[in-house]
Order: sequence, then structure tokens, then C-alpha cells
Amino acid sequence: MGAYNTISFKPEHCDGCNACMTACATAKAGSDDVVNSRIQIVADGDAFELAMCRQCGDPKCVSNCPAAALAKDGADGVIDWDGSKCVNCLLCTVGCAFGGIVYNAAAGHVVKCDTCDGDPACVKACDRGALKYLTTAHIYNEVGDLEDLFVPGLAGCQGCNTELIMRHTMRRIGPDTVLATPPGCIPGMGSVGYNGLTGTKVPVFHPLLTNTASMLTGIKRHYKRQGREVNAVALAGDGGTADVGFQSLSGAAERGEQILFICVDNEGYMNTGMQRSGCTPFGAWTSTTPVGERGKGKTQDAKNLPLLMMMHNCEYVATASTAFMEDLYDKLDRAIEASKRGFSYLHIYSPCTTGWRFPSAENIEVARKAVETNFVMLWEFNPTDGLRLSRSLDEPRPIDEYLEALGKYRHLEPDQVGHIEATLRKNVEQIRGLAGG
Amino acid sequence: MQETQYLIVGASHAALSALQAIRMQDAEGSVTVVTRDDALPYSPTVLPYVVSGRSAPERVALKDGAWFEQNRVGFIRGAAVTSVDAAAKRAKLSSGEEIAYAKLLLATGAAPILPPIPGLKDVKFHVLRSLDDAVKLNQALPNTKQAVVLGAGLVGMHAAENLAKAGAQVTVVEMQPRVLAGYFDAEASAIIEAAFAAKGIQLMLGAKVSRLETAGQGARVTTDKGAALDADLLLVAAGVAPVTDYLAGSGVAVERGVLVDDTMRASAEGIWAAGDVAQAKGFYDEAKILNGILPSAVEQGRIAGMAMAGDPALKPWPGGVPLNTYTFFGQQAVSVGSQDAGEVVRKEADAKHYLKIVMRDNRLTGIFGINVPFDPGVMWELILRRIDLSSVREAFIAEPQKTARTIMSRTWR
Repeated sequence: MGAYNTISFKPEHCDGCNACMTACATAKAGSDDVVNSRIQIVADGDAFELAMCRQCGDPKCVSNCPAAALAKDGADGVIDWDGSKCVNCLLCTVGCAFGGIVYNAAAGHVVKCDTCDGDPACVKACDRGALKYLTTAHIYNEVGDLEDLFVPGLAGCQGCNTELIMRHTMRRIGPDTVLATPPGCIPGMGSVGYNGLTGTKVPVFHPLLTNTASMLTGIKRHYKRQGREVNAVALAGDGGTADVGFQSLSGAAERGEQILFICVDNEGYMNTGMQRSGCTPFGAWTSTTPVGERGKGKTQDAKNLPLLMMMHNCEYVATASTAFMEDLYDKLDRAIEASKRGFSYLHIYSPCTTGWRFPSAENIEVARKAVETNFVMLWEFNPTDGLRLSRSLDEPRPIDEYLEALGKYRHLEPDQVGHIEATLRKNVEQIRGLAGG
Repeated sequence: MQETQYLIVGASHAALSALQAIRMQDAEGSVTVVTRDDALPYSPTVLPYVVSGRSAPERVALKDGAWFEQNRVGFIRGAAVTSVDAAAKRAKLSSGEEIAYAKLLLATGAAPILPPIPGLKDVKFHVLRSLDDAVKLNQALPNTKQAVVLGAGLVGMHAAENLAKAGAQVTVVEMQPRVLAGYFDAEASAIIEAAFAAKGIQLMLGAKVSRLETAGQGARVTTDKGAALDADLLLVAAGVAPVTDYLAGSGVAVERGVLVDDTMRASAEGIWAAGDVAQAKGFYDEAKILNGILPSAVEQGRIAGMAMAGDPALKPWPGGVPLNTYTFFGQQAVSVGSQDAGEVVRKEADAKHYLKIVMRDNRLTGIFGINVPFDPGVMWELILRRIDLSSVREAFIAEPQKTARTIMSRTWR
């Protein structure tokens, strides 16, 4: 048993159109009377609430059934109702505290949501984004069986996103790997280990900030000469990628070395005291772009590193975010595959609780807001298809929602926000243009 | 002598629920389940449907042998526990075998009460509590022309309906002035009584059987009002009482059932009890009550299992709330809570519909309906959580289902 797919409801997006109920009643009862719907949206003034089966992990409808007519399917997590065993006693409706299994007079028995065999009609009918069918469970189920290639207890800051990225990516890339972790948060957390022991279960080394891609080039070529298929992977920060590390990176990309280079972009040199980098955005506070009587944070815009890598015509370039793990995993798979043919570059945005100044529990929410406001754009590139958007840039949330979530922007003055908005518009238009509209 | 970490006596809802809770916390400890029944675990609640033929006896098992194997549980069938030595932590089986346990759960359920009617022991009669009873009744259906049912509780009423559907002339004799007096008031009972009368079932309410005697192949029933009824099938459904006879001299305190605290712990060290056999705190006052209903058995079993396995997530028993569902001739009656723990804030009844809402201090204490839709599980939760309804009082009284769902979605989404 693992995690299951599930129907999620966001009441703030619901406008009570009842399309989901009509769709369910049509699919399940061949009727457009919403009383037959197994999803019930309950209106309360302008707010909307939900009554439907939650496919509970420890379902009381099942425990309360005297006739063994209800059972949770271990494979898909759905609680199945067997009409040939049901005796219509209604004790399941006593067990359910969610209004998820109810007597239906037209059917003459209890009815409940069966998620339409994994293709729920209600979700397809919802064009407001209130209902979603979440299928991320497969990531957990698949990745849960893969070996974690880092030691337990890495010394990251509380709520650090980078540990998540390290463990997830390396699990997927697998043990036939030589890993380079140049100076930054990742070795700082313990990837290179202590007292002669490494922090990983794969060979790992600690190049200089400047020569990561060069060293990986040599290692990859050496193993190729020996006839061994080994992944040459870098897990580097944005400083080690965009600034001091850029010369060797650019060279390796131009030569088409068979390397997977992952940039974990937390917009600065966070483990050495939060200095600014070439990836630090305009207006952001860092210890070298202080805020005071005269300083108002960084006065230059960030360089668009993934776009620079795309211009190298790499085998694969993509941007990703930990708030969108399905997308991240899809891209990781393609990046691994591409690195067997040429240079593969994956740029993962990684909010930093310590350096960006936000509560440690909000990392994924911050990452989500960055994407939903278009501050971060998710796309991928290969030489054949060019740049393609992974997520629509239409109808972004207001940028204020992102800026206000972060302490590093707390000082912003209206003209600075105006600058950020103008840059954002320009960046969005640029990516739109590259994506062909 | 066999030794086991957990010994569970009984194999119905409370026992199975406890077993699952134990395995959630303790994957390794040895577990043994002993039941006096020969069958795989089943629910007494399904038996009326075995009588009617709706459920085939071989399809009512709640768990099969593979499940016990998968959970590494020893399952001993056809063996009753005849005595318990709480001091030595041993239980003796009807086979003569003894089992030493570290922790014992009593989930022996209840058995039919046989009222002190003169002549009862001399006539042939049926009861309905075991699968065997149900199969025998089912087999007797085709040959039954005149049936008499003693008792208008859930068992008696279900049986009367099935006997009538099978073509028998049925009479129900009940001491109370109405049917299902434990769950419904006079107006609600009247709707149910009318449905039975419409199907030609005779209800003799407020009547007592004064004498039983053998007559031909069947029995003659004489009531205190002088009526004489001939029955080729007699069903005694005068209620049930906890099965506790094997606890005599065990040191376990028994009143009407096994007295338990809020974690289902009995008076003796290392012993718990759950389900119909247990006498636990009621919800509306602290007095310990029998609340022999399936949902209580499931909850009590879970609590007992968690307590036995030392599960830190254990929350104590909130108190028994009387509740039940009853379907009759395609109609639905639902009873959640207490009729008299508050004031009636809404009551309406016509020939086919009934709704009554009882509240105290703006909190729900009971809701009762016939052919009126509401979610009993949501209502039960409203009662248990003592949710203050003052801000939605009018809306709740007007539209209980909708309002309760809104509160549910906001409160325990």
C-alpha cells in the first residue's frame, strides 16, 4: 500500500456553478438532477463547502458494514461498494462523518464516489480550478522504493528546500553516479562528509567553485574510455553556476560533454553569509546589498541563467520548482536521458528560509507563489522542439503576494516594486516570444 | 499450555476492530482470537438478511482465513471460553485447553433473553442471534403459515417483515405500547406500525404472553388479554443481554455487562471489554450503560485495541450515544441521539415522513427521521463535539442536512 490519487477541492475557487454535480449525476445516474450527484457542493452565502467520500485510510463505513459489502481497494485506495452484498441497512451512513455515503432514493441503495476509475467526471467539468484530481501519489510510490543516496541527518537549516532536492534527484538518478558538489550549501550540509567518511552513498568530490564542469568532464571521459556507463552529475548552487563557475560550465556545454548539471538556485551565496550573486533579483536584501539609510537592496537585475544555457544549444535545458514535483520529475527523467547524449542542464528554484527571511514551514508555499506569479517560469528546451512552456503564463497571481511573503523584500519602495513589475513583464514577454506565443 | 500476548474472545465487530488497532501499533505481538461460533466472523446485524435470503450465509463473512494469516493471528473457532482466572492470567476453553495471556479482550457480545413465560421451555421456538439461528429460520420460512414474534425491537420487526414477505400470517406481541420504543417516539413508531399493518401484519402492542403450550407441530400463544394465537413458527425476540456467565468467580466486575472505564479497561488487571458485552459510560450522563449497537462496538473495539497495544494516539471513549438505522418495506428510519436530553425544537410528521430535532443550550442532542434525508454520521459528530449551533440555529432547524454538511466541511474538513 502506498499513497493514492485523490480529488482535491479548493473552496476559494468555487463559484457554485454546480457543473461538477450535473456531470456526476449524468455519469453515475444518467440524470441531470444534482440530488443524484455523489459530490455535493453546499452553498452558504458566497462560500461553498463539500460533502463527498474522502476514501478514508481507516474507513468507518467499512468497519460499520455488517455485510462485508464495503472494502478499501489496496491498489487504488478507493472504497468499493458491492451491491450484491449490501443489505441496505444504512449503518455505513452512521459511520461516515463526511456525508460521503448516502441513501439515494432513485437508486434504492447507498451511493458513494468511486472516482470514476481514476478519471473523475466532476473534475473534468470544473473549469474554475476548484476541483483537481491529484496524481502526485505515484511519485511517492515509485520514489519510496528507490534508495536514498544521502546519509540521514544532513545539517541543513530548518525547512531547507535543498535537502529535498538533493535526496529526490539522487534517488532518481541512481547509484551509478559520480557526484560533484562545489562549495555551497550542499557540501555545507554534509554531502562531502566528515572525518574521512562521505555523506553520500556514491563517490562524491568537492571541486573548486570555478572548475566543477571541467572536473566532471575529465571524470566522465575517463569512465567512457574504460567502457563504463556512469552518470556525471553536479549539484551546484547558483553562485557556483552563474558567477565563478560559469566559465567551465559554458565550456563544457559548448563542447557537449555528457554531464547532468543541476543548479539549485537560492538566489545568492547563502551558506557563507547570504551574499548577493548574479542570480539575486533586483531589490533583494543580502548581506552585501544591505538595506539602510542609502542602500535599498540589490540595484541590478538577476541574469537569466537557464536562458543563457539554452543559448548554448544544450541537449536539454529546463527550469523546475519543488512546488510542482510531477513536473520536476518529468524533467529530471528527460534530463538524465539527455545527459547520455550531451550536456543537460536543470535549473531548480529553491527558496531559502534563512537568507530570504520567511518562516521555515512555508518553503513550498513560497516556491508555489513564485511560479503562480510568473516570477519563476517553468519551461524546457531541446534543440529539436525549441523552448516550450510547462505551465501557462496566463492569469498570474499579483506579484505582491510573492514579494510580501519574503523578508528580503520587506523594505521595497513603490518605485522598486514598479521596477520589479516591469522586469517581470519583460521576462514573461521574452519567454513567450521564445515559446512561439 | 498455549501462550499469547493478546487473547481476544469473540470475533465480531468489536473483536475485529480491536485486532486491527492492535496490529496498527504492534505488528509482532502474538494474537489469538477465540470464538464459540463455528463460522468465519460475521455480524449479528446481517442475520435478518440471511433469514430473508437476501444474503447467502457463505457470503457474509467479514474476514476470511487468509486475512487472519496475513495478520498473523491465531483463529480458534468453535471453542467458547468457559472461565477466566484473572489473577493467573489464564482462560479455559470448552475444549478443556487453557491459554495463558498477557492481555485479554472480552468481546463475547450478547445472547437472546428468554423471558420467564410459563411453558416456554416446553415449546419449540426460534431465536435470532447466530448464523445457525438465521439459517434455521430461513429454512423454516417456506413452511410457515402462521408466525408469532415475541418482541417488537429491531430483531423482531426485521423478522416479522421477512416472514410476511415469505407469505406467512404474522403477529407481533410486544409489552411496550409501541414498536421500537428504544429509538422512536409514538408518532414515529406510528408510521412504522402503519406500514406493517398495511402489509397485513398484526401488531399486538401493550400485550404480554401469559402462557405457551405445544399445539400440533407448533405452539399456542395465550396473551394476558385472553387472545390465543396458533403459531407453526414462534420467534422469541425479547431483547439481548451481555454474555458474561464465564466470568463468574473471575474477579472481573460485572453489573449488567462488564464494567469498563473510558479506555475499555475492566476492573481486573490486563482485561478489557468492548461491544455488546461492555457496560461503558453514556454520553448524556456519567452512568454506565449498555449501548449494544454496531457503531459503538466498532469504536469501543478500536479504543480497547489501542489501549491494549499502548498506542499513544488513544483518545478516551466519549460516551455511548444511542443511534440506529432501520429500513422497513423500502422505507428508511434513522435515530441519532437521545429523545429526552433536551427540548424538541422541531417536530413534524405525516403519513410517510417524520422529523424531530432535539437541542439543549443550542447544541444538538438528538435527531430522528423517517424518509427524511440527513447524514447520521455527521449528526453523531455534531453531538459528540457538542458544537455550538447558536449562530446557525434557525438554518439548522430549517435545513439540518445542508447546515450540518456546511459545519462539517468547515470544522473537520
